[in-house]
Amino acid sequence: MLDIGNIIIDKEIDARGSFCPGPLMELIRGMKALHVGGVLAVLSSDPGSSKDIPAWIQKAGHELIGVFPEQGYTRFVARKTH
Amino acid sequence: MPQRIVIVGGGVGGTIVANLVARALRPDEAMITLIDATGEHAYMPGWLYLPFNGSEGIDLTRPERGLLNKHVQLVTGEVQRIDVSAREVTVHASPGMAGMRGTGGAIEARYGYDYLVLATGARLAPEDLSGLSGSEDAWHHFYSLDGALRLGSALRVLNGGRIVVAIGGIPYRCPPAPLEFLFLLDEWLRKRGIRERTEIEYLSPLPRVFPIESVAEVATPLLEQRDIHYRVFFNTDEVDTERRVVRSLEGEAAEYDLLVMIPPHRGARIVEEAGLGDEQGWIATDRATLEVKGHEGIYALGDATDLPVSKSGSAAHFEAKVVAARLIAAVRGEEPDPQHATYDGEVMCFLETGHNAATQLVFNYENPPHPPRPSLFYHMEKMLFNRAYWHIVPQGLV
Repeated sequence: MLDIGNIIIDKEIDARGSFCPGPLMELIRGMKALHVGGVLAVLSSDPGSSKDIPAWIQKAGHELIGVFPEQGYTRFVARKTH
Repeated sequence: MPQRIVIVGGGVGGTIVANLVARALRPDEAMITLIDATGEHAYMPGWLYLPFNGSEGIDLTRPERGLLNKHVQLVTGEVQRIDVSAREVTVHASPGMAGMRGTGGAIEARYGYDYLVLATGARLAPEDLSGLSGSEDAWHHFYSLDGALRLGSALRVLNGGRIVVAIGGIPYRCPPAPLEFLFLLDEWLRKRGIRERTEIEYLSPLPRVFPIESVAEVATPLLEQRDIHYRVFFNTDEVDTERRVVRSLEGEAAEYDLLVMIPPHRGARIVEEAGLGDEQGWIATDRATLEVKGHEGIYALGDATDLPVSKSGSAAHFEAKVVAARLIAAVRGEEPDPQHATYDGEVMCFLETGHNAATQLVFNYENPPHPPRPSLFYHMEKMLFNRAYWHIVPQGLV
Protein backbone atom coordinates (compact mmCIF):
# COMPACT_ATOMS: atom_id res chain seq x y z
CA MET A 1 0.00 0.00 0.00
CA LEU A 2 1.08 3.52 -0.81
CA ASP A 3 0.07 6.70 1.01
CA ILE A 4 -0.42 9.94 -0.96
CA GLY A 5 -1.37 12.61 1.57
CA ASN A 6 -4.27 10.97 3.37
CA ILE A 7 -5.26 8.62 0.53
CA ILE A 8 -4.33 4.99 0.94
CA ILE A 9 -3.66 3.39 -2.45
CA ASP A 10 -4.35 -0.34 -2.48
CA LYS A 11 -2.71 -1.02 -5.83
CA GLU A 12 -0.57 1.00 -8.21
CA ILE A 13 -0.07 0.04 -11.86
CA ASP A 14 2.88 1.47 -13.80
CA ALA A 15 1.61 1.83 -17.38
CA ARG A 16 4.23 4.35 -18.47
CA GLY A 17 5.51 3.89 -22.00
CA SER A 18 2.46 1.86 -22.92
CA PHE A 19 0.55 2.44 -26.15
CA CYS A 20 -0.97 -0.94 -26.73
CA PRO A 21 -3.13 -1.97 -24.97
CA GLY A 22 -2.47 1.23 -23.03
CA PRO A 23 -2.95 2.79 -19.59
CA LEU A 24 -6.77 2.89 -19.74
CA MET A 25 -6.84 -0.85 -20.35
CA GLU A 26 -4.54 -1.36 -17.38
CA LEU A 27 -6.87 0.76 -15.25
CA ILE A 28 -9.98 -1.19 -16.32
CA ARG A 29 -8.18 -4.48 -15.71
CA GLY A 30 -7.08 -3.25 -12.29
CA MET A 31 -10.58 -2.01 -11.39
CA LYS A 32 -12.11 -5.34 -12.30
CA ALA A 33 -9.74 -7.19 -9.98
CA LEU A 34 -10.05 -4.68 -7.10
CA HIS A 35 -12.48 -5.01 -4.17
CA VAL A 36 -15.35 -2.50 -3.89
CA GLY A 37 -14.12 0.53 -1.95
CA GLY A 38 -10.51 -0.11 -2.98
CA VAL A 39 -8.29 2.63 -4.41
CA LEU A 40 -6.29 2.14 -7.58
CA ALA A 41 -3.54 4.33 -9.02
CA VAL A 42 -2.30 4.18 -12.61
CA LEU A 43 0.85 5.92 -13.83
CA SER A 44 0.66 7.06 -17.45
CA SER A 45 2.98 8.95 -19.77
CA ASP A 46 0.40 8.92 -22.58
CA PRO A 47 -1.11 12.41 -23.05
CA GLY A 48 -4.38 10.78 -24.21
CA SER A 49 -4.94 9.39 -20.71
CA SER A 50 -5.91 12.78 -19.29
CA LYS A 51 -9.06 12.59 -21.43
CA ASP A 52 -9.67 8.81 -21.61
CA ILE A 53 -9.20 7.83 -17.97
CA PRO A 54 -11.54 10.40 -16.34
CA ALA A 55 -14.09 9.72 -19.11
CA TRP A 56 -14.14 6.00 -18.42
CA ILE A 57 -14.28 6.45 -14.64
CA GLN A 58 -17.30 8.72 -15.07
CA LYS A 59 -18.98 6.37 -17.57
CA ALA A 60 -18.45 3.36 -15.30
CA GLY A 61 -19.69 5.29 -12.25
CA HIS A 62 -16.54 5.05 -10.14
CA GLU A 63 -14.93 7.95 -8.25
CA LEU A 64 -11.95 9.90 -9.59
CA ILE A 65 -10.03 10.89 -6.48
CA GLY A 66 -7.38 12.91 -8.26
CA VAL A 67 -5.05 13.49 -11.18
CA PHE A 68 -1.50 14.19 -9.96
CA PRO A 69 1.07 15.48 -12.47
CA GLU A 70 4.56 14.09 -11.78
CA GLN A 71 7.90 14.46 -13.59
CA GLY A 72 7.14 13.19 -17.14
CA TYR A 73 4.01 11.27 -16.20
CA THR A 74 0.65 11.54 -14.46
CA ARG A 75 -0.75 9.51 -11.57
CA PHE A 76 -4.51 8.85 -11.79
CA VAL A 77 -6.15 7.74 -8.55
CA ALA A 78 -9.67 6.28 -8.46
CA ARG A 79 -11.94 4.46 -6.03
CA LYS A 80 -14.07 1.47 -7.06
CA THR A 81 -17.58 2.31 -5.89
CA HIS A 82 -19.64 -0.73 -6.95
CA MET B 1 30.83 -28.52 -19.04
CA PRO B 2 28.28 -26.96 -21.39
CA GLN B 3 25.84 -24.51 -19.80
CA ARG B 4 22.26 -25.82 -19.68
CA ILE B 5 19.62 -23.65 -21.34
CA VAL B 6 16.03 -24.83 -20.91
CA ILE B 7 13.27 -23.18 -22.95
CA VAL B 8 9.65 -23.84 -22.01
CA GLY B 9 7.27 -23.37 -24.94
CA GLY B 10 7.63 -24.00 -28.67
CA GLY B 11 5.72 -21.03 -30.00
CA VAL B 12 7.31 -18.33 -32.11
CA GLY B 13 9.34 -16.80 -29.24
CA GLY B 14 10.74 -20.01 -27.75
CA THR B 15 11.58 -21.47 -31.15
CA ILE B 16 13.49 -18.39 -32.34
CA VAL B 17 15.48 -18.21 -29.08
CA ALA B 18 16.41 -21.90 -29.39
CA ASN B 19 17.54 -21.55 -33.00
CA LEU B 20 19.51 -18.33 -32.55
CA VAL B 21 21.33 -19.67 -29.50
CA ALA B 22 22.02 -23.03 -31.17
CA ARG B 23 23.50 -21.28 -34.20
CA ALA B 24 25.75 -19.02 -32.14
CA LEU B 25 27.02 -21.43 -29.49
CA ARG B 26 28.89 -24.69 -29.94
CA PRO B 27 27.48 -27.88 -28.34
CA ASP B 28 30.37 -27.85 -25.87
CA GLU B 29 29.36 -24.33 -24.81
CA ALA B 30 25.62 -24.86 -24.36
CA MET B 31 23.14 -27.72 -24.16
CA ILE B 32 19.78 -26.41 -25.36
CA THR B 33 16.53 -28.15 -24.45
CA LEU B 34 13.12 -26.95 -25.66
CA ILE B 35 10.08 -28.39 -23.91
CA ASP B 36 6.71 -28.21 -25.65
CA ALA B 37 3.43 -29.89 -24.67
CA THR B 38 2.36 -30.90 -28.18
CA GLY B 39 5.44 -30.84 -30.37
CA GLU B 40 3.29 -29.04 -32.95
CA HIS B 41 3.99 -25.41 -33.87
CA ALA B 42 0.86 -23.36 -34.57
CA TYR B 43 0.70 -20.34 -36.87
CA MET B 44 -2.02 -18.54 -34.93
CA PRO B 45 -2.49 -15.56 -37.31
CA GLY B 46 -3.89 -18.05 -39.82
CA TRP B 47 -6.92 -18.72 -37.60
CA LEU B 48 -8.38 -15.31 -38.47
CA TYR B 49 -9.04 -16.40 -42.06
CA LEU B 50 -10.47 -19.84 -41.23
CA PRO B 51 -14.11 -18.81 -40.57
CA PHE B 52 -14.23 -17.39 -44.10
CA ASN B 53 -12.51 -20.35 -45.83
CA GLY B 54 -9.66 -17.97 -46.48
CA SER B 55 -6.73 -20.00 -45.22
CA GLU B 56 -5.95 -21.89 -48.43
CA GLY B 57 -2.22 -22.02 -48.93
CA ILE B 58 -1.47 -21.16 -45.31
CA ASP B 59 -0.12 -24.03 -43.20
CA LEU B 60 -1.67 -23.72 -39.77
CA THR B 61 0.59 -26.22 -37.99
CA ARG B 62 3.87 -27.97 -38.62
CA PRO B 63 5.93 -30.32 -36.44
CA GLU B 64 8.20 -28.33 -34.14
CA ARG B 65 11.12 -30.70 -34.72
CA GLY B 66 11.38 -29.69 -38.36
CA LEU B 67 11.72 -26.02 -37.39
CA LEU B 68 14.51 -26.51 -34.85
CA ASN B 69 18.26 -26.50 -35.28
CA LYS B 70 19.61 -30.06 -34.94
CA HIS B 71 21.54 -29.10 -31.79
CA VAL B 72 18.30 -28.32 -29.92
CA GLN B 73 16.87 -31.24 -27.96
CA LEU B 74 13.08 -31.19 -28.27
CA VAL B 75 11.15 -32.77 -25.42
CA THR B 76 7.44 -33.28 -26.04
CA GLY B 77 5.81 -33.29 -22.66
CA GLU B 78 3.98 -31.14 -20.14
CA VAL B 79 5.91 -29.14 -17.62
CA GLN B 80 4.56 -30.13 -14.22
CA ARG B 81 6.76 -28.02 -12.01
CA ILE B 82 9.26 -25.20 -12.20
CA ASP B 83 11.44 -25.15 -9.09
CA VAL B 84 13.33 -21.86 -9.17
CA SER B 85 15.30 -22.55 -6.00
CA ALA B 86 16.55 -25.95 -7.21
CA ARG B 87 16.80 -24.52 -10.79
CA GLU B 88 14.97 -27.52 -12.16
CA VAL B 89 11.98 -28.21 -14.43
CA THR B 90 9.94 -31.41 -14.09
CA VAL B 91 8.22 -32.71 -17.22
CA HIS B 92 5.59 -35.46 -17.63
CA ALA B 93 4.31 -37.23 -20.70
CA SER B 94 1.42 -35.23 -22.20
CA PRO B 95 -2.08 -36.71 -21.79
CA GLY B 96 -2.69 -39.40 -24.39
CA MET B 97 1.01 -40.04 -24.94
CA ALA B 98 2.67 -43.19 -23.63
CA GLY B 99 5.93 -41.38 -23.02
CA MET B 100 7.79 -38.20 -23.78
CA ARG B 101 9.25 -37.93 -27.22
CA GLY B 102 12.85 -36.78 -27.21
CA THR B 103 13.68 -38.69 -24.03
CA GLY B 104 13.47 -42.30 -25.19
CA GLY B 105 9.87 -42.58 -23.94
CA ALA B 106 10.28 -41.70 -20.26
CA ILE B 107 7.09 -40.88 -18.30
CA GLU B 108 8.77 -38.20 -16.19
CA ALA B 109 12.05 -36.36 -16.45
CA ARG B 110 13.80 -33.51 -14.68
CA TYR B 111 15.90 -30.89 -16.38
CA GLY B 112 18.29 -28.78 -14.37
CA TYR B 113 19.14 -25.43 -15.90
CA ASP B 114 21.67 -22.65 -15.71
CA TYR B 115 19.38 -20.41 -17.77
CA LEU B 116 15.62 -20.75 -18.14
CA VAL B 117 13.45 -19.14 -20.81
CA LEU B 118 9.72 -18.95 -20.18
CA ALA B 119 7.93 -18.74 -23.52
CA THR B 120 4.79 -20.22 -22.03
CA GLY B 121 2.28 -18.05 -23.88
CA ALA B 122 -1.28 -17.20 -22.95
CA ARG B 123 -4.24 -19.52 -22.47
CA LEU B 124 -7.94 -18.90 -22.98
CA ALA B 125 -9.77 -18.52 -19.68
CA PRO B 126 -13.54 -18.44 -20.34
CA GLU B 127 -14.03 -19.09 -16.61
CA ASP B 128 -12.94 -15.48 -16.01
CA LEU B 129 -16.13 -14.07 -17.55
CA SER B 130 -19.50 -14.85 -16.04
CA GLY B 131 -21.63 -16.98 -18.35
CA LEU B 132 -18.93 -18.17 -20.75
CA SER B 133 -17.67 -21.30 -19.05
CA GLY B 134 -19.82 -24.37 -19.59
CA SER B 135 -21.79 -22.73 -22.41
CA GLU B 136 -19.13 -23.06 -25.12
CA ASP B 137 -21.73 -24.24 -27.67
CA ALA B 138 -23.64 -20.99 -27.34
CA TRP B 139 -20.91 -18.50 -28.29
CA HIS B 140 -18.05 -18.37 -30.76
CA HIS B 141 -14.45 -17.25 -31.11
CA PHE B 142 -11.52 -17.56 -33.50
CA TYR B 143 -8.78 -17.82 -30.88
CA SER B 144 -8.11 -21.53 -31.42
CA LEU B 145 -8.12 -23.81 -34.43
CA ASP B 146 -11.27 -25.60 -33.24
CA GLY B 147 -13.00 -22.34 -32.32
CA ALA B 148 -12.31 -20.81 -35.73
CA LEU B 149 -13.58 -23.92 -37.53
CA ARG B 150 -16.76 -24.01 -35.44
CA LEU B 151 -17.36 -20.31 -36.07
CA GLY B 152 -16.97 -20.97 -39.80
CA SER B 153 -19.65 -23.68 -39.61
CA ALA B 154 -22.01 -21.30 -37.80
CA LEU B 155 -21.45 -18.54 -40.36
CA ARG B 156 -22.10 -20.87 -43.30
CA VAL B 157 -25.65 -21.63 -42.06
CA LEU B 158 -26.32 -18.00 -41.09
CA ASN B 159 -29.14 -16.32 -42.93
CA GLY B 160 -28.99 -12.86 -41.42
CA GLY B 161 -29.65 -11.52 -37.91
CA ARG B 162 -27.55 -9.65 -35.42
CA ILE B 163 -23.87 -10.48 -34.95
CA VAL B 164 -22.15 -9.00 -31.92
CA VAL B 165 -18.36 -9.00 -31.53
CA ALA B 166 -17.29 -8.29 -27.96
CA ILE B 167 -14.11 -8.30 -25.85
CA GLY B 168 -14.22 -10.69 -22.90
CA GLY B 169 -11.19 -9.46 -21.00
CA ILE B 170 -7.99 -7.50 -21.15
CA PRO B 171 -5.33 -8.16 -22.30
CA TYR B 172 -5.98 -10.47 -25.23
CA ARG B 173 -3.77 -11.76 -28.03
CA CYS B 174 -3.37 -9.67 -31.17
CA PRO B 175 -5.24 -6.41 -30.43
CA PRO B 176 -6.03 -5.73 -34.14
CA ALA B 177 -7.71 -9.14 -34.62
CA PRO B 178 -11.28 -8.11 -33.62
CA LEU B 179 -11.21 -5.23 -36.14
CA GLU B 180 -9.73 -7.46 -38.82
CA PHE B 181 -12.44 -10.02 -38.13
CA LEU B 182 -15.16 -7.35 -38.50
CA PHE B 183 -13.81 -6.17 -41.86
CA LEU B 184 -13.44 -9.71 -43.20
CA LEU B 185 -16.90 -10.64 -41.88
CA ASP B 186 -18.50 -7.67 -43.63
CA GLU B 187 -16.79 -8.59 -46.91
CA TRP B 188 -17.81 -12.23 -46.62
CA LEU B 189 -21.46 -11.41 -45.84
CA ARG B 190 -21.59 -9.07 -48.86
CA LYS B 191 -20.18 -11.78 -51.12
CA ARG B 192 -22.82 -14.18 -49.82
CA GLY B 193 -25.53 -11.61 -50.49
CA ILE B 194 -26.84 -11.54 -46.91
CA ARG B 195 -25.16 -8.37 -45.64
CA GLU B 196 -28.37 -6.32 -45.94
CA ARG B 197 -30.21 -8.58 -43.55
CA THR B 198 -27.29 -8.86 -41.12
CA GLU B 199 -26.49 -6.25 -38.51
CA ILE B 200 -22.95 -6.19 -37.11
CA GLU B 201 -22.09 -4.48 -33.85
CA TYR B 202 -18.66 -4.18 -32.23
CA LEU B 203 -18.49 -3.56 -28.49
CA SER B 204 -15.21 -1.82 -27.72
CA PRO B 205 -14.02 -1.60 -24.10
CA LEU B 206 -12.25 1.69 -24.89
CA PRO B 207 -13.37 5.23 -25.68
CA ARG B 208 -12.58 4.39 -29.32
CA VAL B 209 -12.42 1.30 -31.53
CA PHE B 210 -8.71 0.59 -31.00
CA PRO B 211 -6.32 1.27 -28.09
CA ILE B 212 -4.01 3.53 -30.15
CA GLU B 213 -5.63 6.76 -31.31
CA SER B 214 -3.79 6.94 -34.67
CA VAL B 215 -5.05 3.46 -35.57
CA ALA B 216 -8.59 4.22 -34.39
CA GLU B 217 -8.56 7.25 -36.71
CA VAL B 218 -7.94 4.92 -39.67
CA ALA B 219 -10.35 2.18 -38.60
CA THR B 220 -13.37 4.23 -37.49
CA PRO B 221 -14.27 5.71 -40.92
CA LEU B 222 -13.88 2.24 -42.45
CA LEU B 223 -16.35 0.78 -39.95
CA GLU B 224 -18.79 3.60 -40.72
CA GLN B 225 -18.42 3.23 -44.49
CA ARG B 226 -19.24 -0.46 -44.19
CA ASP B 227 -22.19 0.04 -41.88
CA ILE B 228 -20.52 -1.82 -39.01
CA HIS B 229 -22.00 -0.39 -35.84
CA TYR B 230 -19.85 0.11 -32.77
CA ARG B 231 -20.30 1.09 -29.17
CA VAL B 232 -17.43 2.35 -27.01
CA PHE B 233 -16.80 1.94 -23.27
CA PHE B 234 -18.44 -1.47 -23.30
CA ASN B 235 -16.42 -3.72 -20.98
CA THR B 236 -18.16 -7.07 -21.04
CA ASP B 237 -19.02 -8.23 -17.54
CA GLU B 238 -21.54 -11.01 -18.18
CA VAL B 239 -22.86 -13.14 -21.00
CA ASP B 240 -26.37 -14.58 -20.75
CA THR B 241 -26.47 -17.24 -23.44
CA GLU B 242 -30.11 -18.19 -22.61
CA ARG B 243 -31.44 -14.67 -23.24
CA ARG B 244 -28.72 -13.97 -25.83
CA VAL B 245 -27.56 -10.78 -24.24
CA VAL B 246 -24.16 -9.36 -23.24
CA ARG B 247 -23.96 -6.94 -20.29
CA SER B 248 -21.20 -4.46 -19.51
CA LEU B 249 -19.38 -3.18 -16.43
CA GLU B 250 -20.77 0.23 -17.39
CA GLY B 251 -24.36 -0.99 -17.07
CA GLU B 252 -25.32 -1.45 -20.74
CA ALA B 253 -26.67 -4.47 -22.61
CA ALA B 254 -26.45 -5.76 -26.20
CA GLU B 255 -28.65 -8.49 -27.66
CA TYR B 256 -27.36 -10.89 -30.30
CA ASP B 257 -28.26 -13.77 -32.55
CA LEU B 258 -24.64 -14.82 -33.00
CA LEU B 259 -21.98 -13.86 -30.46
CA VAL B 260 -18.30 -13.70 -31.34
CA MET B 261 -16.42 -13.19 -28.10
CA ILE B 262 -12.72 -12.50 -27.73
CA PRO B 263 -12.25 -14.85 -24.75
CA PRO B 264 -10.52 -13.71 -21.57
CA HIS B 265 -6.85 -14.72 -21.50
CA ARG B 266 -4.49 -15.71 -18.68
CA GLY B 267 -0.88 -16.78 -18.40
CA ALA B 268 0.07 -20.46 -18.33
CA ARG B 269 -1.05 -22.55 -15.35
CA ILE B 270 2.48 -23.71 -14.67
CA VAL B 271 3.59 -20.09 -14.28
CA GLU B 272 0.85 -19.43 -11.73
CA GLU B 273 1.72 -22.63 -9.86
CA ALA B 274 5.41 -21.70 -9.75
CA GLY B 275 4.48 -18.38 -8.14
CA LEU B 276 5.95 -16.45 -11.07
CA GLY B 277 2.74 -14.80 -12.29
CA ASP B 278 0.59 -11.86 -11.21
CA GLU B 279 -3.13 -12.30 -10.49
CA GLN B 280 -3.73 -13.13 -14.17
CA GLY B 281 -0.65 -15.30 -14.49
CA TRP B 282 1.52 -12.81 -16.43
CA ILE B 283 5.21 -12.89 -15.54
CA ALA B 284 6.74 -9.71 -14.07
CA THR B 285 9.41 -9.03 -16.67
CA ASP B 286 12.01 -6.27 -17.03
CA ARG B 287 10.89 -4.21 -20.02
CA ALA B 288 14.43 -3.75 -21.40
CA THR B 289 16.39 -6.90 -20.45
CA LEU B 290 13.40 -9.32 -20.46
CA GLU B 291 14.79 -10.94 -17.31
CA VAL B 292 12.11 -12.12 -14.90
CA LYS B 293 12.06 -9.64 -12.03
CA GLY B 294 13.83 -11.01 -8.98
CA HIS B 295 15.09 -14.14 -10.78
CA GLU B 296 18.57 -13.92 -12.24
CA GLY B 297 19.11 -16.16 -15.24
CA ILE B 298 15.39 -16.57 -16.00
CA TYR B 299 13.97 -14.76 -19.03
CA ALA B 300 10.39 -14.37 -20.24
CA LEU B 301 9.06 -13.30 -23.60
CA GLY B 302 6.00 -13.18 -25.79
CA ASP B 303 2.45 -13.48 -24.51
CA ALA B 304 3.69 -14.80 -21.14
CA THR B 305 5.03 -11.44 -19.90
CA ASP B 306 3.32 -8.54 -18.16
CA LEU B 307 4.95 -6.02 -20.53
CA PRO B 308 2.82 -3.14 -21.82
CA VAL B 309 3.10 -4.26 -25.46
CA SER B 310 0.64 -6.18 -27.58
CA LYS B 311 0.47 -9.90 -27.04
CA SER B 312 1.49 -10.91 -30.52
CA GLY B 313 3.88 -13.09 -32.46
CA SER B 314 5.56 -9.91 -33.64
CA ALA B 315 6.44 -8.77 -30.12
CA ALA B 316 7.67 -12.30 -29.29
CA HIS B 317 9.76 -12.28 -32.49
CA PHE B 318 11.60 -9.05 -31.56
CA GLU B 319 11.92 -10.07 -27.92
CA ALA B 320 13.43 -13.44 -28.87
CA LYS B 321 16.42 -11.74 -30.47
CA VAL B 322 17.06 -9.83 -27.24
CA VAL B 323 16.79 -12.94 -25.05
CA ALA B 324 19.09 -14.86 -27.40
CA ALA B 325 21.69 -12.06 -27.39
CA ARG B 326 21.66 -12.03 -23.57
CA LEU B 327 21.96 -15.82 -23.31
CA ILE B 328 24.83 -15.96 -25.80
CA ALA B 329 26.72 -13.23 -23.92
CA ALA B 330 26.05 -14.87 -20.55
CA VAL B 331 27.30 -18.30 -21.67
CA ARG B 332 30.44 -16.71 -23.10
CA GLY B 333 30.97 -14.69 -19.94
CA GLU B 334 30.69 -11.42 -21.89
CA GLU B 335 28.77 -8.25 -21.23
CA PRO B 336 25.62 -8.13 -23.41
CA ASP B 337 25.80 -5.67 -26.30
CA PRO B 338 23.29 -2.99 -25.25
CA GLN B 339 22.16 -2.37 -28.83
CA HIS B 340 21.08 -5.93 -29.59
CA ALA B 341 20.32 -7.05 -26.07
CA THR B 342 17.80 -4.34 -25.13
CA TYR B 343 14.10 -4.52 -26.01
CA ASP B 344 12.60 -1.12 -26.88
CA GLY B 345 9.01 -2.34 -27.22
CA GLU B 346 9.28 -2.90 -30.97
CA VAL B 347 6.20 -4.37 -32.67
CA MET B 348 5.39 -4.57 -36.37
CA CYS B 349 2.11 -6.02 -37.51
CA PHE B 350 -0.56 -5.80 -40.19
CA LEU B 351 -4.21 -4.89 -39.91
CA GLU B 352 -6.41 -6.46 -42.60
CA THR B 353 -9.20 -4.08 -43.62
CA GLY B 354 -11.04 -6.40 -46.02
CA HIS B 355 -11.55 -6.23 -49.79
CA ASN B 356 -7.87 -7.09 -50.39
CA ALA B 357 -6.48 -4.16 -48.43
CA ALA B 358 -4.47 -3.85 -45.23
CA THR B 359 -2.41 -1.35 -43.30
CA GLN B 360 0.71 -1.76 -41.19
CA LEU B 361 1.43 -0.83 -37.56
CA VAL B 362 5.03 -0.19 -36.51
CA PHE B 363 5.63 1.11 -33.00
CA ASN B 364 7.70 0.82 -29.83
CA TYR B 365 7.48 1.96 -26.19
CA GLU B 366 8.10 5.59 -27.10
CA ASN B 367 6.65 6.04 -30.59
CA PRO B 368 3.06 5.28 -31.55
CA PRO B 369 2.31 3.89 -35.03
CA HIS B 370 1.42 6.05 -38.01
CA PRO B 371 -0.51 3.56 -40.13
CA PRO B 372 -0.46 4.22 -43.88
CA ARG B 373 -3.69 4.32 -45.88
CA PRO B 374 -4.96 0.73 -46.32
CA SER B 375 -3.90 -0.69 -49.66
CA LEU B 376 -3.43 -3.83 -51.72
CA PHE B 377 0.33 -3.54 -51.15
CA TYR B 378 0.14 -4.27 -47.40
CA HIS B 379 -2.47 -6.98 -47.93
CA MET B 380 -0.14 -8.73 -50.40
CA GLU B 381 2.75 -8.30 -47.98
CA LYS B 382 0.68 -9.98 -45.25
CA MET B 383 -0.36 -12.79 -47.62
CA LEU B 384 3.29 -13.30 -48.53
CA PHE B 385 4.25 -13.30 -44.84
CA ASN B 386 1.57 -15.93 -44.10
CA ARG B 387 3.34 -18.27 -46.51
CA ALA B 388 6.95 -17.24 -45.93
CA TYR B 389 6.58 -17.51 -42.12
CA TRP B 390 7.54 -21.18 -41.97
CA HIS B 391 10.77 -20.63 -43.87
CA ILE B 392 12.16 -17.51 -42.22
CA VAL B 393 10.60 -16.67 -38.84
CA PRO B 394 11.01 -19.70 -36.54
CA GLN B 395 14.57 -20.15 -37.80
CA GLY B 396 15.40 -16.60 -36.70
CA LEU B 397 16.43 -15.56 -40.22
CA VAL B 398 14.58 -12.22 -40.08
